[in-house]
Amino acid sequence: MVKPLVTAASTLASAFLPLSLCRCPTGKDDFSTGIDPPPSLGNMATEFHNLQDLRHTATLATKVFIQRDYRDGTVCKFQTKFPEELDNRIERALFEDTIKTLNNYYAEAEKISGQSYLEGCLACASAYIIFLCMETRYEKVLRKISMYIQEQNEKIYAPRGLLITDPVERGMRVIEISIFDDRISSGSSSSGSSVSSGSAR
Amino acid sequence: MIAKKVTRKWEKLPGKNSFCCDGRVMMARQKGVFYLTLFLITGTCALFFAFECPYLAVHLSAAVPVCAVILFLFVMAMLLRTSFSDPGVLPRALPEEASFIEMEIEAANGSVPAGQRPPPRIRNVQINNQIVKLKYCYTCKIFRPPRASHCSICDNCVDRFDHHCPWVGNCVGKRNYRYFYLFTLSLSLLTIYIFTFDIVHVTLRSVFYGSVWCVAALTLPSTVVEVLVCFFTLWSVVGLTGFHTYLISLNQTTNEDIKGSWSGKNRVQNPYSHKNIVKNCCEVLCGPTYPSVLDRRGVMLESSGSTPCKTSDVTAATANTVTPNEVAFFSLQKTTSPLIPNEHSPDEAPPSIATTGHDTATSIPEEEDATGPNGSAPKAPPTTILVKESSH
Repeated sequence: MVKPLVTAASTLASAFLPLSLCRCPTGKDDFSTGIDPPPSLGNMATEFHNLQDLRHTATLATKVFIQRDYRDGTVCKFQTKFPEELDNRIERALFEDTIKTLNNYYAEAEKISGQSYLEGCLACASAYIIFLCMETRYEKVLRKISMYIQEQNEKIYAPRGLLITDPVERGMRVIEISIFDDRISSGSSSSGSSVSSGSAR
Repeated sequence: MIAKKVTRKWEKLPGKNSFCCDGRVMMARQKGVFYLTLFLITGTCALFFAFECPYLAVHLSAAVPVCAVILFLFVMAMLLRTSFSDPGVLPRALPEEASFIEMEIEAANGSVPAGQRPPPRIRNVQINNQIVKLKYCYTCKIFRPPRASHCSICDNCVDRFDHHCPWVGNCVGKRNYRYFYLFTLSLSLLTIYIFTFDIVHVTLRSVFYGSVWCVAALTLPSTVVEVLVCFFTLWSVVGLTGFHTYLISLNQTTNEDIKGSWSGKNRVQNPYSHKNIVKNCCEVLCGPTYPSVLDRRGVMLESSGSTPCKTSDVTAATANTVTPNEVAFFSLQKTTSPLIPNEHSPDEAPPSIATTGHDTATSIPEEEDATGPNGSAPKAPPTTILVKESSH
């Protein structure tokens, strides 16, 4: 439980933290609390301090919801239309690639093929008791989707201050993309909480 | 040390469902008719196994009770599967999603002059070259996906809603329709089976003892009871099976059939049908088994100092439910306040978003008919929001 938190936090931290934090604060617009430890002794303390700053400063700005595309029926498919709110946050191609890959995953899960017939017939013959011990094909694909989304978040979206929520947590209705304020360059630890409360309004 | 009780998500789910076995079982609140179904099936089968099977196994074949047992077990498995599973409930929109949709609607409507009713909330989508209207659900705060409908008994939007069946004590929807169909089919077979072998039993006895058939029947009171139950069950269950076979071959739901969504010349043709009976049957009966999106048994994280929002249990659930990724990104989740905090249909009494005290009882039991603006003569002609789903 702790390890994924640290991993995700460190990923975000490494994306947001500029390398300049490692050096002695000299400029007036650097992080200055008046109690900065010398880098040789306090690198760990500084990093920890900045992760906490990060938590306070990575405030949620808004959320964008990608709606379902029903043109092909009730199959699970999301619109690839690029939302305006993401205009200066992420490249169109990356976004569309993510959505198209997700759509392909869902199409694979819902495909009515020989394998799904076989699964259905076997399950029916066992009065569906087999599903108590076996994972269905759909559930297997959902797990793959969840891992894909996590990977995309870590590699592409988190560095840009975005976070994709797995559609299964929203009833497969929408893909929720959270947009965070990038406050690293202007935030400071002493005023971290006031900055975050300021940005909340 | 006091063990902390874990709160699971099913305890905070809105709607009028009842849960058992720590969230594993999900049913409607009214279960009386379901118990009657159980009693009728098990009672009749118990009589059959106790009084008919010994005679028939000896005088006819040992396969008779064996087949009866298999059929009975299959019927019970299908019944319990239908009754206990999530029919395909769509979770309600969280506050951010609800306000996002509100903003889209406001933008599409423009400014409504004071004193005029806002236009009805309908979204037109094109499905297989047919225009289908998606209605807005004021309870769940979502535009219902195609074929979804709101069950006022369970107070949930259900995907591919068929009907609410009191006999199984649950809604019949996308996830449990095939189990419901197999239940009616196998119950028809079981009823015919028991009925047939009851007649055979009485006939054998009357032949053996050389008595008149009716006299022989009267000496077997259990058989008489079984025959009566089966006779009345046959007409309803076999009829129901036939009706659902017809619906499956056309890829329609009971809800669509009752409302006449696809019938009539001026109406839209069914865009979901493959125009091929075999393909339709295969899609409905052999399609993928959809998992539940409710996550009933997920654990809710207790967050300190989180006070429930003024109306919604769902909001409290939002504040409490955090995925590991989100915890890493922020410690305090900022939520955007909804534009219309107590949003409700203009003509309806404000429905409480909280789970208690919400009653959407309308004249149509299976659907919350949010057509308040259309109900009485509107001051302004209702305009349909043509929010065309287009992607580029």
